[in-house]
Amino acid sequence: MRKIHILLISLFLAFSFSVLNSDIAYAGTSPDPSGTTTGNATDISAAKAGEPTLSEVAEQVGHNKVAINMVWVLIAGFLVMFMQAGFAMVEGGLTRAKNISHTMAMNFLIYPLGMIGFFICGFAFMFGGVGPLATLGGFTGLDQEFTIQLFGHTFGLIGTKGFFLSGTYDVAVFSLFLFQMVFMDTTATIPTGSMAERWKYSSFFIYGLAVGTIIYPIYGNWVWGGGWLSQLGNNFGLGNGQVDFAGSSVVHLTGGVLALVGAKMLGPRIGKFNKNGSANAIPGHNIPMAVIGTFILAFGWFGFNAGSTLAGGDFRIAVVAVNTMIASATGALATVLYMWLFRTKKPDPSMMLNGMLAGLVAITAPCAFVTVQSAALIGLISGVLVVEAVFFIEKYLKIDDPVGAIAVHGVNGAWGIIALGLFADGTYGAGLNGVVTPVTGLFYGNPGQLWAQLIGIAANIIYVGAIGYAVFKLIDMVVGNRVPAKAEMEGLDIPEMGVEGYSGIKLDKGSETPLSR
Amino acid sequence: MKKIEAIIRSSKFDEVQEALHEIGITFFSYYDVVGVGNEIKKADHSYRGTVYDSSYIPRRALTIVVRDINLRKTVDCLLATAYTGETGDGRIFVLPVEEAWKIRTKVNGDDSLKGEAEK
Repeated sequence: MRKIHILLISLFLAFSFSVLNSDIAYAGTSPDPSGTTTGNATDISAAKAGEPTLSEVAEQVGHNKVAINMVWVLIAGFLVMFMQAGFAMVEGGLTRAKNISHTMAMNFLIYPLGMIGFFICGFAFMFGGVGPLATLGGFTGLDQEFTIQLFGHTFGLIGTKGFFLSGTYDVAVFSLFLFQMVFMDTTATIPTGSMAERWKYSSFFIYGLAVGTIIYPIYGNWVWGGGWLSQLGNNFGLGNGQVDFAGSSVVHLTGGVLALVGAKMLGPRIGKFNKNGSANAIPGHNIPMAVIGTFILAFGWFGFNAGSTLAGGDFRIAVVAVNTMIASATGALATVLYMWLFRTKKPDPSMMLNGMLAGLVAITAPCAFVTVQSAALIGLISGVLVVEAVFFIEKYLKIDDPVGAIAVHGVNGAWGIIALGLFADGTYGAGLNGVVTPVTGLFYGNPGQLWAQLIGIAANIIYVGAIGYAVFKLIDMVVGNRVPAKAEMEGLDIPEMGVEGYSGIKLDKGSETPLSR
Repeated sequence: MKKIEAIIRSSKFDEVQEALHEIGITFFSYYDVVGVGNEIKKADHSYRGTVYDSSYIPRRALTIVVRDINLRKTVDCLLATAYTGETGDGRIFVLPVEEAWKIRTKVNGDDSLKGEAEK
């Protein structure tokens, strides 16, 4: 027999032996294929292993309760981080091929830029005074908020603790930081859609730092950081103060207002509008990319909305997730049917994507507080609203928004806040913002909530509009906002970024710009 | 020698190529081309609320250089196989050719255009 035969026979015998003797018990534990003996009293940290005292069991239970919440917050945060890829795909697909390297680079770099801004001071401004982190172990160190006294009440304006995350080296704070940072980056990436295809990369870069440091966090503090908008209930009896469960106003309306101000200041793309004011279509170059991006966003939104309980042990997450899902579906369906039957008589693919996103944006504020039937209705209304908003912004405001960011995030963000004030059904949210009663809307007998919501929208538009305008104006004076016309015609990839996104593919770059008549 | 420039529908190209092969025309070039013409469809594009016409027509152009004796049968074959009856079937142009060289053999004229069967 040759050596190879001996080797093969030995291997076969060894394998058979191990298979036939697979129930060999190793010292201490036997294998557990069905899980019935894994995890028992010996896993509880105890002075005497296997015999924990009641207080040791209590310790473990408390630890596990926080553990479920912390793991949930972090996993949801990871899902929301993945939405950055979704935004990149949607914006890349709905803009032209000659600009793809620039569009993608904006959506990529906004993630680290915003994060660094948030790390430096954004988180401190927003959450420096938020108070105890109840679901994550109760750390009370975020306790410094700058306030003023107005009308006999305390108005929280800005947090002042946690710059560079120093003085807050705590696991609960770090979980919160990650979760809140990915929300901030969702806001930050919204204007890159409305300002795409003619925004100077250097201007975008400075904006990226500004949004994470000052624009987003200050309004965020007012609503989520314990600031004055959240205390409208405590101070003035307006419901539970402004309530925004996952960020229709903090994230989406802020992003939408910035998108509006920025797109207006940049001006429309060359070839978009004719002299008589009518608009030319500039179709996106990759519908498949946009569809995949929308699904990635819809997936990540489960983390966005359901994660905002900040507690895996809060079973309302089931209701939140289903409300989110239903609104996304009715939003998309309402848009496609509205376009198909009433408007352009075609089931426009790019509009149906905007429809799903509009439903998701609109349900983001009320998702924890409404019945599923209300959620379906909110999504349905947002589906029609987004179509009319896109047309209004293009035809009447004459603002060029390549991806519909203003209509999806701005208009529907405001609708989501209003919807909460109308549809909140009083089955959840008792104790929110220091108000004993659960969150209840106009249709369930509480008009005060709607007032708080409207004040919140007004505060957002005024604050974000003003600071956004100031920031863009300043950047314009320093580096200029818009690319030169020659670069825009040629495509931004080479003049701005130095490399083509689709290197080697021949693009007919001239024909991608319509003739302005 | 004559050059035939035929602009036909891209969807008809495979049929035309096989028909030409059957009559002995096996060497030519083709390229994808866009044009403007009567087949521009009105208002068939719709994007985010803006309705507009298709702006160009995609076609395929064949460039066939043939000897005078083969001209009629080639043109007749093209006319027959590229036909659909719908607007936008295409065009055939015939131009005179002064010299036709085969680079490998350095032969000029009718001899360079002979197919393998006739050698």
